[in-house]
Amino acid sequence: MISTIASFINAAIIQGIPLLFGSTGEIITEKSGNLNLGIPGIMYIGGISGIIGGYLYEHGNANPSPILCIIIPFLSTIIGSALMALIYCFLTVTLKANQNVTGLALTTFGVGVGNFFGGSLLSFFGESGSISLIKTGLAYKAKLPFAESLGLFGKTFLSFGFLVYLAIIIAVVASFILNKTRVGLNLRAIGENPATADAAGINVNRYKYLSTIIGGAIAGLGGLYFVMDYTAGAWTNDGFGDRGWLAIAIVIFALWKPKSAILSSFIFGGLYIICVYIPGLSSAAKEIIKMLPYLITIVVLVTVSARKKKEHQPPESLGLTYFREDR
Amino acid sequence: MSKNKEAKVHEPLFHIAKRSGMVWWKAWLIRGCAILASLIVCAFIIVLLTKQNPIEVYISMFQGSFGTKRKVWILLQNIAILLCISLAVTPAFKMRFWNLGAEGQVLIGGLACVACMFYAGDKLPNALLILIMLAASILGGVIWGVIPAYFKAKWNTNESLFTLMMNYIAIQLVSFAITIWVPSGSGVMGVINSTSKSGWMPDLFGQKYLFNIVVVAALTVVMFVYLKYSKHGYELSVVGESEKTARYIGIDVKKVIIRTMVLSGAICGLAGFLLVSGTNHTISTNLAGGNGFTAIMVSWLAKFNPALMVITSFLIVFLQRGAGEIATNFRLNESVADILTGVIIFFIIGSEFFINYQIKPRAKHKEGK
Repeated sequence: MISTIASFINAAIIQGIPLLFGSTGEIITEKSGNLNLGIPGIMYIGGISGIIGGYLYEHGNANPSPILCIIIPFLSTIIGSALMALIYCFLTVTLKANQNVTGLALTTFGVGVGNFFGGSLLSFFGESGSISLIKTGLAYKAKLPFAESLGLFGKTFLSFGFLVYLAIIIAVVASFILNKTRVGLNLRAIGENPATADAAGINVNRYKYLSTIIGGAIAGLGGLYFVMDYTAGAWTNDGFGDRGWLAIAIVIFALWKPKSAILSSFIFGGLYIICVYIPGLSSAAKEIIKMLPYLITIVVLVTVSARKKKEHQPPESLGLTYFREDR
Repeated sequence: MSKNKEAKVHEPLFHIAKRSGMVWWKAWLIRGCAILASLIVCAFIIVLLTKQNPIEVYISMFQGSFGTKRKVWILLQNIAILLCISLAVTPAFKMRFWNLGAEGQVLIGGLACVACMFYAGDKLPNALLILIMLAASILGGVIWGVIPAYFKAKWNTNESLFTLMMNYIAIQLVSFAITIWVPSGSGVMGVINSTSKSGWMPDLFGQKYLFNIVVVAALTVVMFVYLKYSKHGYELSVVGESEKTARYIGIDVKKVIIRTMVLSGAICGLAGFLLVSGTNHTISTNLAGGNGFTAIMVSWLAKFNPALMVITSFLIVFLQRGAGEIATNFRLNESVADILTGVIIFFIIGSEFFINYQIKPRAKHKEGK
């Protein structure tokens, strides 16, 4: 029994990590007032950029070094997903386009690019089959050496690749920066009321650009974790599924707080796979259980809007384009 | 401190101002240029990927839509469905209600329709059954649309996130229904009543898709009149422009929000009916096939004008069909369609800036404006 629970917690954490990267990135983005619905697309791009980077290095390299196996895909992911966020920013901040439309177009584009290269990367190099980066996958899955020796605790909480710890560290750091530093204060001010922030001398556009790009890069790491650690260096088209949207749901569930996003992600990750751990479930009941994360998100969204508690609200200007000369 | 800062700030080389009312042909010239530019970028992408002459590729794209009579019918059918969903989301968007849940509303409409076919097929006369299916679909869409609208009206709950979540609940409900209806556990619902054709929309003049196309064409005209000439249409555009103004002139904002989403959901439900009864005769979680999201771009690109939506939905469907053709002809992955659609939409979205704003170079002026 205990070992079942332990393996469930372990699996929930593994499922939760892509969601945690995605939701931390989206929280940082949304704090600047940008509702980036392109996050699902960015996470696909993050995954495929990592795959491409890893493939270019591992392919034809007889003896790839584990360090470079980690660094190259990591940087490719950061660059790929930051570029996507840059497109979003250029369109919505500089060209003042509608955020919803731009975000959805970005998702279409990102999922398309991911599936396109995932499906035909090998054929460009005259190979067939499906992508599988074994050595890169192993490098990403490398565990702490002493994890196994710590018994059940070690197996449940410490037997992960480094990206898991990075996700948690990023969320904690993001929480600190948002709540305890001047930069965070400025960013939140912009998300609440860009005109006031502008009048106070804060460079609204620079903050919006930086937060969206950093947020996008973090979200992209969720895609990287999925392809390198979760599937150990393999790509399947549409394999990432709807996790991007789930990450956006977590932003609401966590009430726009990166620290709460950590636990929320694990809860949602657990809900994602709980049906495997409940014995004797009919397949119909499984489908209903898979509905839970979304139902819970709606309940949270409604409760928060009904209670009107100030510290639980979405950023006031979320989704609105800021134009200085507007009144 | 502020004085020091002022001294350091340089006046930018240009500043951006809003432009009011550009001549229509100029606006369309800009959009035309954007589409042209996007096609050039797409050509580069295609050449990079296929190493073929881009002109040839564009010709094969054209053939993908117009190559055979059958392809033309499929093109028209796809346009009809996309246009139908775009018409559905338009009144809500005009009211600045971001209904991102069309996908789910269509699915629920389709699900209600399939349920009627499944349980009442062969038991009722076909005409009556189809009417019941239609009513059920519309009711399903309305319910799915009204729930977020109610909370938006009551507590100002964020509607774009709410409707987004409703999509996934709809998807899970459909998977749930399929596991119940398909005892084999394959998770795929076959064509329903394939021998008796009970609940199937009869072919019009021997053409399978003609009924859908006629319905949507009529709907386009009705929606155009509704938005432009009816009192309802006026009220919802006032609410969209400014809720405060609407309240000031005595419009019941809550009522307008709920009424408009009833309409929006109803048309989505209708689209579900057309897809199930008129086209597929079955259901899968992919019934709307992403059209619920594409419709948002179609509607927005057409500036919420139903007449222009005919053009924009044609453009998008043409691209998708064409890109599909390229994919098969040049052995590319079919996702290339999404990439091209994405690029073209980026360009059109970007071009709106040059229509709505103007860039004024720095004027040589004296102190204090």
